[in-house]
Amino acid sequence: MSISIVPEVVARQPWRMLIPLFGLVSLGAAVLYSAAGGHLQPYALSHVIRFGVFLVMAIVISRVSRDFFRMAAYPIYGGIVALLVLVELIGAVGGGSQRWLNLGFMTLQPSELMKPAIVLVLAKFYETLPPPMTGSWRGLVPAGVLIGIPAALVILQPDLGTALAICFGGAVTMFLAGLPLWWFLSAGAAAIIAIPVAFFTLLHDYQRNRVLTFLDPESDPLGTGYHITQSKIAIGSGGVFGKGFGNGTQSHLQYLPEAHTDFVFATMAEEWGFLGGLFVLFVFGVLLTWGMNVARRSPDRFSSLLAAGMAATVFFYVAINLMMVMGLAPVVGIPLPFMSHGGTSMLTNMICVGTMMAVNRWNQRSNTFS
Amino acid sequence: MKISFRRLIPQTHSTSGTLRNSFDRRSLVVGSVQGGIGMLLAARMAYLAVFENEKYKLEAESNRVNLSLIPPRRGWILDRHGTPLASNRADFRVDAIPARMTNVEQELTTVAQLLQLDPVQRQDLGDKIDKARGFAAVEVASGLEWERFASVSVRLPDLPGIVTQRGFSRDYPNGPSVAHLIGYVGPATAEEYQKDHDPLLITPGYKVGKDGLEKVFEKELRGKPGARRVEVTASGRIVRELETREDTPGQSIKLTIDGGLQDYASRRIGLESAAVVVIDCLTGGILALCSMPAFDPNSFADGIGRLEWKMLNEDDHIPLLNKALRGLYPPGSTMKPMAALAFQLHGVSPDERVNCPGGYRLGRRFFRCDAVHGSVDMRSAIEHSCNTYFWSMVHRVGYDAIAPVARLLGLGQEFDIPVAQQRYGTIPDAAWKMRRFHQEWSAADSLNASIGQGYVSVSPFQMAVMTSRIASGHNLQPSLIYGQPKPFGPALPFTPEQLAVVHDGMFNVVNGHGTGRGSRIDINGVLMAGKTGTAQVRRMISRGHVADWKSRDHSHFICYAPTDAPRYAMSVVVEHGGFGASAAAPIAKDVMTYLFDPGKAWDTLLAMEKAWGGTAQERLDARYRQFVAQYGVGAPKVSAEEEIEKAREAEDAQPPANAPQPAPEPASPENAADEQPARAPAREDAGAGPAPSNGQAAPNISGATP
Repeated sequence: MSISIVPEVVARQPWRMLIPLFGLVSLGAAVLYSAAGGHLQPYALSHVIRFGVFLVMAIVISRVSRDFFRMAAYPIYGGIVALLVLVELIGAVGGGSQRWLNLGFMTLQPSELMKPAIVLVLAKFYETLPPPMTGSWRGLVPAGVLIGIPAALVILQPDLGTALAICFGGAVTMFLAGLPLWWFLSAGAAAIIAIPVAFFTLLHDYQRNRVLTFLDPESDPLGTGYHITQSKIAIGSGGVFGKGFGNGTQSHLQYLPEAHTDFVFATMAEEWGFLGGLFVLFVFGVLLTWGMNVARRSPDRFSSLLAAGMAATVFFYVAINLMMVMGLAPVVGIPLPFMSHGGTSMLTNMICVGTMMAVNRWNQRSNTFS
Repeated sequence: MKISFRRLIPQTHSTSGTLRNSFDRRSLVVGSVQGGIGMLLAARMAYLAVFENEKYKLEAESNRVNLSLIPPRRGWILDRHGTPLASNRADFRVDAIPARMTNVEQELTTVAQLLQLDPVQRQDLGDKIDKARGFAAVEVASGLEWERFASVSVRLPDLPGIVTQRGFSRDYPNGPSVAHLIGYVGPATAEEYQKDHDPLLITPGYKVGKDGLEKVFEKELRGKPGARRVEVTASGRIVRELETREDTPGQSIKLTIDGGLQDYASRRIGLESAAVVVIDCLTGGILALCSMPAFDPNSFADGIGRLEWKMLNEDDHIPLLNKALRGLYPPGSTMKPMAALAFQLHGVSPDERVNCPGGYRLGRRFFRCDAVHGSVDMRSAIEHSCNTYFWSMVHRVGYDAIAPVARLLGLGQEFDIPVAQQRYGTIPDAAWKMRRFHQEWSAADSLNASIGQGYVSVSPFQMAVMTSRIASGHNLQPSLIYGQPKPFGPALPFTPEQLAVVHDGMFNVVNGHGTGRGSRIDINGVLMAGKTGTAQVRRMISRGHVADWKSRDHSHFICYAPTDAPRYAMSVVVEHGGFGASAAAPIAKDVMTYLFDPGKAWDTLLAMEKAWGGTAQERLDARYRQFVAQYGVGAPKVSAEEEIEKAREAEDAQPPANAPQPAPEPASPENAADEQPARAPAREDAGAGPAPSNGQAAPNISGATP
């Protein structure tokens, strides 16, 4: 490292990833500012403040040692499962379904925390699993249980989107851990068979409706298809350059539902157009590519699985959210990282970013040492 | 992937090295999949935002911009002097669109509270909402004060489906006086919308003509709607106006009606159930077409409430019937001038004298006259309304000689005037009786018909036309639109001498010793000529005022003035008014006075109205308040418009209410001598019991002036 005027701590940060991320958050804040009718309150300001707070948290996470991560994996996982059970119990006592715990100063959604936690615990599990056992049942069953317990608890809430995110994060980690490919293929085949069965038995009516509406949004333009239709109108009417900052009619006149949370991308696309959309995709591309590169560069199994799993978790958010707002996926309540207004999703994503930054730091150190 | 696939299945023993390799390869796969999905998303977005941009732009615009129609101002209806009979008044109104309401009951209750509607209004509102098809707007209230209007306006976000607007509503300055002539407006019904899919019809605040001229001239009066483009939120709240195109008001229509005369005549009718028609003897223009009592067209505009309907429907004076055009009455002695013309056409000399011994013997039957008139000629027969003269003459020339003249003068005819509906009544003859009752025409029928009894039934309007034709000697065609007088019909076959005989007779009725001398006018030398008529409703039980209003005679009077150069012709019919001279003639006298000296006429009327309890409008309002106090919300639910329609159809389908039923010849010969040449019910009554001695005599008592 050459001598420079910036302190070494600052210079060491992965600016290649962070600067585009700041750009994305700024764009998110601008969109939220516009969605609030040209006011910082109630969305834009808290969005930026949260990002700042969670960025500090991510940097703190990135300072944590690899050994501490290893040591804490199971306790963190266990703690969050306990919280999920607690949420279930409170819900059962209160006589209704509930997803969050009221901590007084904020509401916490344990299922969100489980998304990075499942990656962490699986990375730890596959690191300690002797390599020859990877292809045996001992490589599969414990991991399946680790995923299955939180997924089942979350489905009970009921929160299909988050359960899928947990399963996705877990499955990608397992895939990268080197489990036999044919397991995934046969699991995929089984899923294709099981989906119709699950569709008619497991899903709640409103979930089933969402899927049906996704398949044919125009069938019920004022009911459940309304979200998708209005979102497509918002994105489509933006054109290449958008209608201009603060000129989005779909969001400002309240045609677009959830304009500041799940459908924030549509709000953005209406005012910033196709170019704004490309910018968002570009930033996520940078972030995820960086994350995967961090994973590939890391020398040990735990770190690489951890970083890749975190990247996959963020990717799942982005992919499902964007597919939903563009009418390629059913409406599931998954926000867009770094743009949607909401503390929990910002927390989760910044934990993922912080973890990847930690792995990045470990890599730099090992590089320095080697 | 193929390599790892082959390697991993057979190989159960992996090492950390192979796992590292596998991770590298698989992370590449995962990365490519992510990249692929990223490309897919970019492509999808390009498709939506670039290739389908136009379509979605349009959809966003149609979301954002709401085009709402501004109801056009209806054309005014003016009288001959340009005074409005129907105009528009700017007002604040509140409408409800049931299809857009989320909780109808709750919202209505809120609005009713804000507008301070009383329970009856609240009930009527509920009825209107029930009846409305979802898409159409229902008027909640109009003519609101600013404060009330504003109190609803600020609550609009909580009241989806409630619309407030400034607009125009129909105003009839003369209220009930023009009700039957002008009609009224109301919201379009679902049927009307189905017929004419003009979105204007379901625009809040838009009204269509429901009756009278409002209905006939609907097309001309309607105008072209304006449009307002507004930006609205998803919940329908208006954010701002984008552009506005003003409405084009409908054409105004100028009538031959004299608004002041119409109002005066209607109010002069007072508590009676009556019709007054005044026709201009020079042009045939209709100057007044009154039927009272009437409804208040102003209050009908927002629909007809239960209680309003109950009040109007239970009134035995039938305020919903336009008696001037649709009321049919036996005309009684007002037919005599016409009959006198017919006699002259058939060679009867006006100077031929007939002795009236107090009645006329036809075969074994004796028809009694009102008095012993002694020797009368044609003039004095008209003056004194001597039945004997007309019976003996009709017996000579036959009724079939009279019927064509009656039709020639307008009786039994329908006229080409733009009114919703007229009824033409009956001028009977032998062919008609055969067609209708399959019976031969009898000599008794001729006697009855000659004095306007029996099967004869005509409308007050026809009587006015007849009077105008007799007075002017021209074949006047009545007209209602100002500036478009109808050309005279084929010349009437009467010589001036023949007409003069009748004019002399009618002059003497009022100015000589005749039956109408109590109603003489003399305003700066203007004199009036006329003819009284008293038509039996049923056989007289006792003369004069009887307790039962419904069995009293109809009172008629036809007249014209000035006598030397006839200008105005009038007919007055007072239902169950008793003698023609006592009920109808005084009204005619005052209305005629109005035409020559309005100030004097108003003095007379205002004094009378004090005794009657106010103007027609005031009495109607008071009556409604009384009904509200008495029945509250207890009136049964009705659909008034449908009921009116049904009643009309029933009227048209049936013979006139006053028309006689087929009358069998008397069965018992011993009664025959006393038998009257009157209508069937009378005969049945006579057979049913002994009649008072003084009531038996006359089939027609038009001559008697108490």
